[in-house]
This record gives sequence, C-alpha cells and structure tokens, in this order.
Amino acid sequence: MLKTRVAKNHRAKRALENRAPKLVENGKKTLILEGTKCSAVLREVLTDIYQLKKDNCVRFTRKNDNVRPFEGGGETSLEFFSLKTDCSLFLYGSHSKKRPNNLIFGRMYDHHIYDLFEVGVENFKRMSLFSYDRKIAPKIGSKPLFAFIGEWFESVEELIHLKEILLDLFRGQVIENLNLVGVDHVYVVSAISPKKVLFMHCALRLKRSGTSVPRMELVEVGPSMDLVVRRHRLPNPSIKKEAMKTVSKHAKKIKNVSHDVIDGKIGKIYMPDQKVGSMVLTSDVKGLKRERREAKANKKNAFKENPTKKPKTDDEIKA
Amino acid sequence: MAQEENQYHIDMGNLMVFDPNYHFESAPSSREELTQECLNKGTELVQAIANELFSLPSHEDRDGPLIKLPDPSTALPREKHFPRPKPLTKWEEFAKKKGIQNKKKDKRVFDEQTQNWKRRHGYDRVEDDNDIPIIEAKMTDEPGEDPFQKRKVEKKTRVEKQEKNRLHNLKNASKVDALPSHVQLAATSLPISGRQKVAPKKANKHELESVAGLAATATASIGKFDQKLPGEKPVKHHGKFRKFLPVVQGKGMVNEEREQTDKILNKFMSRGSDDILDVNKAVSMFKVKGENNRRKERMTESSKSGKLKPKGKSLKKSSKKSSH
Repeated sequence: MLKTRVAKNHRAKRALENRAPKLVENGKKTLILEGTKCSAVLREVLTDIYQLKKDNCVRFTRKNDNVRPFEGGGETSLEFFSLKTDCSLFLYGSHSKKRPNNLIFGRMYDHHIYDLFEVGVENFKRMSLFSYDRKIAPKIGSKPLFAFIGEWFESVEELIHLKEILLDLFRGQVIENLNLVGVDHVYVVSAISPKKVLFMHCALRLKRSGTSVPRMELVEVGPSMDLVVRRHRLPNPSIKKEAMKTVSKHAKKIKNVSHDVIDGKIGKIYMPDQKVGSMVLTSDVKGLKRERREAKANKKNAFKENPTKKPKTDDEIKA
Repeated sequence: MAQEENQYHIDMGNLMVFDPNYHFESAPSSREELTQECLNKGTELVQAIANELFSLPSHEDRDGPLIKLPDPSTALPREKHFPRPKPLTKWEEFAKKKGIQNKKKDKRVFDEQTQNWKRRHGYDRVEDDNDIPIIEAKMTDEPGEDPFQKRKVEKKTRVEKQEKNRLHNLKNASKVDALPSHVQLAATSLPISGRQKVAPKKANKHELESVAGLAATATASIGKFDQKLPGEKPVKHHGKFRKFLPVVQGKGMVNEEREQTDKILNKFMSRGSDDILDVNKAVSMFKVKGENNRRKERMTESSKSGKLKPKGKSLKKSSKKSSH
C-alpha cells in the first residue's frame, strides 16, 4: 500500500511550503557552480557575483564534470541541483581552449532549463581592486537600479535576450514598497558593439541639488567586465507561454472594507445571531487543563463530604 | 528635459531605465575613455529614473521615506508553475452530485449513558466504548459472540477504511500534481515540486551480459557442457591465467621449469652476496672499539687518583692535563 511521508515538524513543513509553487512567488535564487576546468579569472568572476547576490544565492565550489548545459544529457545533474537547492537561476563557469573564460547564464522553469546564454569574460576587474569611500558601499539585498545603454539592446536578438537575463539575475524580489534610503547601487550595462557588452557596477552618491530630487553621482565599485556574446538558446515557445502567465490584475473586489484618510482601514462586520440562550455551558472547557479541572472538582467533593474545615471568617479571627 | 525622458524606456517596477538611441563610437581610443563615457551616460539615465522615483508620493516611515512602486512592465518568466487546484475527494464529489451541504454540528452533545454533556469527537466523547457497561441482546445476535469485541473491531475497520480513502484521494491529487507540499507519497518518491516522473532504471547491455554470464557459469561444470544460445558470447574472464611449464626436459630444449626456479633462487642468493664485507661499517666498528678501550683505561686511572669528579668533565680535563 501507499505510504505517505509528511514533514516531521512544523519548521520542516514551513520550509516545504515555502518551496511549493505559489501565486506570488519568492525572489529567484541563484546557483553558482563551475565545471571541471575553470580559470582563476573566472573563479573570481563567480565569487564576485556571489558577493553581489549573497542574500539569495548558493555557491558550489567543487568541480562538476557532468554539467554541460548546452549539450543533450548535460543538464540532468544541473536540474537535480536546481531541485535540491530550490534555485531557478544558475551561473556556470568553465574554461577551455575553444571557449576561454566561458560563463553561462541560465534560467529554470519548474526545475527544467528554460533558456541559456553563453558569454566570454574579458577585461575583468574584480571588486577588491576598486578603491572608494566604504560609507557608500552598497548593502547586500538592497534593490538595484539598472541602466541599459545602447541601440543594440533593441535591435540585436542576442542582446535583447541578454538584457532580459541580466535583469532577471540581478533584480531580486519584486517589491511593492521601496525605501528611498535603500537606493544605493546601479548596474550599468552598455552594448559597445552587437557582440560585446560592458558590464559595470556602481554605487550611488546622492547629492543635494536644491530640489526634492537629489543629484545622482555614480562611483564605480566593481566588478567590471566585458561580456562577449557566444552561444545562446531561447526558450521553447510552449514553455515560454506557460512561464509568462501572470496573475490577473483585476483582483477580486474586497467587500465590507473601506479606507478613510483619518481612521485608516475600516471594516464592517455582520454578526449572525449567536443563539446564546441555547448554548451549552459546561465547566470542562477544552482549553483548560484536565488535571486542574479534576483537582478542582475533587476539592469541591472533599469539602462536601467533611465540612469540618471551614474557611475562617472575620468573627472567628476576633474570638 | 521632458523630451529627453521620453526617449528612455523606464520600467519603474524593476527600477530599470534603457536608452535605445545611444550609439557608441565604433573604436573607443582607450578603456578609461570608454568607461568614462558609459559612466556619464549612466549618470544621465539614473538621474532620469531618480526624477521619477523621488517625485512619487511617499510616506515617512521610521527608517526613511517609503514609496509605492508600480508593477514591473518588463515581463519575466515565472520560477514555477501556478499552484494547481486540488481535485475533489470522492466524498466531496458525491456530495456535490447529490447536493449535500455541510451542516454545522454542535461540539457538545448530551450523553444519555452518563447523563452528562460531552464532546462529540475525541477524548471522553459521547458513546465512548469505556462508558458502555451493558449492551442489550438482540434477536439477530449470534450466540457466543462478544458484543464488546465486535464494537471494537467495527471501529477499527472504520478507521482503516477512512485511512484507505484518504490515501486514495492523495494519490488522485498527486496525479494532477496537486499534492499538498508537505506530503510525499513514499511509493512513488515524488519530487517536491515540478513535474518529474521517475522512470524505472533500464539495465544496459553490459549489465545484462554480465548477469547472463554469471547465470551461465553457475553450474557444476562452470557452464562447459551447457547449450549455448544463438549469439551468446563466452563470458569475459577476469583475472590472470596461470601458466604451467613442462617439467620434463625434451630433446633440444632446456628444462624451462627448472630454469625458472633457478632464476628465482639465484636472485635470492645473490641479494646478500654484495655486502658480505661492508668496509665503512667495519672501519667505524674498529674505531668505536678502540675508543671504548681507551675510555676504560682512563676510568681506571682516575679511580686511582681518589678524587670524585663528575664523569663527563673528568674525561676532558684529564686529557688536557695529559697534553700539557
């Protein structure tokens, strides 16, 4: 017969529920891993990106010999890792003679590969080489700004794809409310040529401008690198259609709740007749402990049986 | 300024700004110039988004001004599928068909047995087995049957049946991928989410061959006299074959077996032959012996002098004295 396995404790249950498909999703988690050969430069690239996304990221530091995202059968273990770590974005670094400093961006839908984009990394400058005032250093987990520059991002198919992937990779969770104090970094991505993109990461310094809008100043904090377009794979149209479904914006009308400027949220409650007259009132309420109830009852009975011990009254004390 | 802003595509939900009209010169002279150009353009774009951001209505929070962001306009794919609706259980289906509606029952019921108000379900409930001292006999009762035992068995079967129904409903839910996330059906080892059917593992060619080979050689004659199937290959032999050499000497050929053993014997015999006399060792032994003898002589001399001196120093001093 079938057997069920249920979460053993409430914490485990909550963790599983957090992973389950939801109407409004959590931010996508990123998995960073490398192949059997990975150059020192590329390892630095991966580490730096891990530093940028540390709040929602999993880093694998061992070699992975059977991960080849573009090849048939090479995605099996990747999909398994995605399932285990609950990551739907991944970054895979490898180095070969044919494709030196190779970085693959990938996205997952339902723990299956959705699309892939392969770039070569050039002119990499790591984060620790930038010197700047540490006060303006971006905080981990703050919502980033994006600036995409260049006509190619609109005309070249590969770069349209890359733009979407970079946005998905770095944007973090979709939020409703934003604290303006937390606006502290920006990714500047410029398409220098149809095959090459300059990726920069800058901190924002807000200066007084005399108006309510501060003057923005960019300070490069790294990493910076050139991404050279290599292979890419677009999503399967049918999967894309399914993945792009959104929650309908016409939310259900909420009844009996109104908002007031002064009072705030106001709700109307309609109570049905409570039938207090016909309600059964007993002393053994489930909320009370049975032992206490029984002890109380015993005490009462004992008092009834031998009422010699009377509680002291005022008269007795006087006497 | 307004015209400029219109040139940019701004997605406030993702805090993204995109300038589709900017064209980079084909050959930037140096990297510094290129990055500076990007930074300048980036500053312009960021300013454009900041203008919009800081002009949105904000309300002051303890940690700073909070603004409400609009929904992202760039469509990005979901991470997982939408939660699938749970299918109706068999009872729910039946109730729907018959138009049966849930009626709320009181939690408290009056128990005739104990003449008391009791819970409907759970511990200390109405008509609890423990509270029934007497069961009246009916005409239909079979003689020799324990009515109390019968009650217990009936209750047990009801519980078992309900458990079976529950599992059946869970199985149906898992078919449409709508199992509650904290429940797993162990028999199928379903993944947490996503549609991954675990296919039974197929044995490959080599595994089949090795298994067939094992079966074929599992007879008393190690499969020597068994009939071979068409296309069946002999099993691969793992390990070394031992080779026996002829013991007797034939005409015009050496006794190979004897030669082999001789060879091994010679090897062993010759191993110690080189270092029968180790000159270095002999010399050092000779020296040590001489030294020891001299030491003994000196010891006897110092004991004659009658003075107690520490041993280590006495040797040196006496030697010095003797040299003077």
